[in-house]
Amino acid sequence: MSTEKDIIETNVNITKAPEGIEGAGFFATSLDQVVGLARKNSIWPLPFATSCCGIEFMATMASHYDLARFGSERLSFSPRQADLLMVMGTISKKLAPVVKQVYLQMAEPRWVLAMGACASSGGIFDTYSVLQGIDRIIPVDVYVSGCPPRPEQVIDGILRVQELVGKESLRRRNSPEYTELLASYGIE
Amino acid sequence: MENVTQEIGKELQDKFGDAIVSQSLIIDFPTFVVKKEKILDIMNFLYDFELYKFQFLTSLCGVHFPDNVKEEEYSVVYQLHDLVRNQRIRLKVFTSESQIQVPSVTSLFSTANWLERETFDFFGIQFTGHPNLVKILNMEDQPYFPMRKQYPLEDGTREDKDDSKFGR
Amino acid sequence: MNTTDLEKKRAEIEKQGYSILNLGPTHPATHGIFQNILTMDGDIIIDAVPTVGYIHRAFEKLAERRAYYQITTITDRMNYCSSPINNFGWHMTMEKLLGIEVPKRAQYLRVILMELARIADHLICNSVIGVDTGALSGFLYVFQEREKVYEIYEEICGARLTTNLGRIGGLERDFPKKAWDKIHAFIESLPKALDEFETLLSRNRIFMDRTIGAGPISAERALNYGFTGPNLRAAGVDYDVRVATPYSSYEDFDFQIPVGVNGDTYDRFMVRQEEMHQSLSIIKQAIAKLPEGPIHADVPDIYLPPKEEVYNNMEALIYQFKIVMGESNVPAGEVYHSVEGGNGELGFYLISDGGRTPFRLSLRRPCFIYYQAYTEMIKGAMLSDAILTLSSLNVIAGELDA
Repeated sequence: MSTEKDIIETNVNITKAPEGIEGAGFFATSLDQVVGLARKNSIWPLPFATSCCGIEFMATMASHYDLARFGSERLSFSPRQADLLMVMGTISKKLAPVVKQVYLQMAEPRWVLAMGACASSGGIFDTYSVLQGIDRIIPVDVYVSGCPPRPEQVIDGILRVQELVGKESLRRRNSPEYTELLASYGIE
Repeated sequence: MENVTQEIGKELQDKFGDAIVSQSLIIDFPTFVVKKEKILDIMNFLYDFELYKFQFLTSLCGVHFPDNVKEEEYSVVYQLHDLVRNQRIRLKVFTSESQIQVPSVTSLFSTANWLERETFDFFGIQFTGHPNLVKILNMEDQPYFPMRKQYPLEDGTREDKDDSKFGR
Repeated sequence: MNTTDLEKKRAEIEKQGYSILNLGPTHPATHGIFQNILTMDGDIIIDAVPTVGYIHRAFEKLAERRAYYQITTITDRMNYCSSPINNFGWHMTMEKLLGIEVPKRAQYLRVILMELARIADHLICNSVIGVDTGALSGFLYVFQEREKVYEIYEEICGARLTTNLGRIGGLERDFPKKAWDKIHAFIESLPKALDEFETLLSRNRIFMDRTIGAGPISAERALNYGFTGPNLRAAGVDYDVRVATPYSSYEDFDFQIPVGVNGDTYDRFMVRQEEMHQSLSIIKQAIAKLPEGPIHADVPDIYLPPKEEVYNNMEALIYQFKIVMGESNVPAGEVYHSVEGGNGELGFYLISDGGRTPFRLSLRRPCFIYYQAYTEMIKGAMLSDAILTLSSLNVIAGELDA
């Protein structure tokens, strides 16, 4: 007869605590690691779904592939309250200013995931009206390739974003390299 | 199907004379080439025709024939459908680039509103009498008409793709 | 319109006491990228100016660059919720132009796949109508059925969503045993899932109050606007391309066409719900009556030969090379063929000049044609009804802009 403790240890995954010095009643570690741990397991994505990749995202959010297990339970459609901009689908030149505006409205720290071939590089649509990849206008952190990518690939992309979020230094957003990166896209 | 073409063709010839340039049967579609000035009258006639009432406009599109004679360079193709007797028919008009105005059929079929805007967007064919003829799918200030054969598919200013490696 | 014109228009509108609301391109409830600028009197909509073209991918120009068999991949991405219907519509257009007769077994298998696609499309539309009224659980229950359809496609062609199924002249391979097992399991589980979904919504007081009378359109206006498909049938006109001009052996099957009365959101929901039951019945009939035989027509210059022959037989190698390079002989001519897509009559008008790519391919997209009527349907309605009307029309942005 298994005790409750056994059930918890075999069936429930608990995130590992960061490295630190432990003692009776205290735990000392660095602030980045704690903040990174909290941020990465509660990312609020903004699904910017335009075309076919949007339907695969709906399948990822549905019960079979459940993205909510990784902390992304609450989709935020308002950029002011979102952490991760997921651009899913073809972005045309007519829509590019809208994407940039949504990115500018997000508060730091913010990450961008380009899902699908069209968002990464224009995909099969090498035409006059399609923007050849959203990294023409905004900085991208993770690219998920596929046309459309399987839900498992999307989850892999989110896990990579979580790695980036967990390891990010608290001073990165104020550093000169970051300001230079944004300046190269014309963003102040 | 050949006698349907003859029937409709005879009625149209009797009413409109030489505005009907030619008639033919192209894989199960009776096709009539008509003069562009009369297209709205012909459609009104076909709307209340006794034999077949063509009251449904299935599609409208433009075509660019750069190899035709100058007066027939652009074409607008209309496809009509009689839902009750289940008969389809195709009408074509030809026009030149210098006088690229074609009468609009929006007053008869509301569906032609956006279809004509799309044809204008792609080919530059101006439909006289249209309530709001501006570009619909491309950006409104795009200075050229992209589906014309002389314009390329790709955007020439993109830097990340090397045309020589794509076989172009 | 430049800025001063816009400012003047805005001042005019505001003088009358109305306000302007931008139901912008990115909106959680519009399920697609299209913009409407609404003039509102409080919560009532006075006027709407739609703007489309935000994912214009230039399919028609792209088709002029690609060989005939390569165009299947771009037809996938038009109505991406039901890709097999688009694929087979294109293949049937080419078969009409070339005069190819597809064997019966291939036609019946195509019917099974097209009806599965139609069920998948209607599942999304109906569950999303539920989500917009606040009923999120219906969406989660029903998406599991859609996962089963994805698994069936995966067994048959390898892809889940953008399937690129079949070839000009038939199908590329017969269904493997695992696909048949999954299809039989799906036929057993779908009626139960649909019943569960219906008990949640169809006779639910709140749902009926929200949707009855939301966004109605009369049959005459719908016909004048060129509506086809479930939206037209909800308005009362029983026009279905599968019955009017049967293709791919639809005349062998016995099914009914559900028709609504008022053309409002509730009728569209119920028509789609009943169409799913009818599609299931067609699939069962097709499986019961499935004949034996080849799965493709004998057209070696447009249908790729099997790989064993390519490696052993010179003629097959030459055909393989010619077809893959896009040098098949397609006669000059023009053809129009339409199929009943998830949203209505999906038509392909192809002009060929004898070359390796189409001279002109015009796509008759039902979403583009009936979205024009949206302004008329929401005049005088409240904003929440306008959102419901939009999701019940099932506007798929890929098909709208093409």
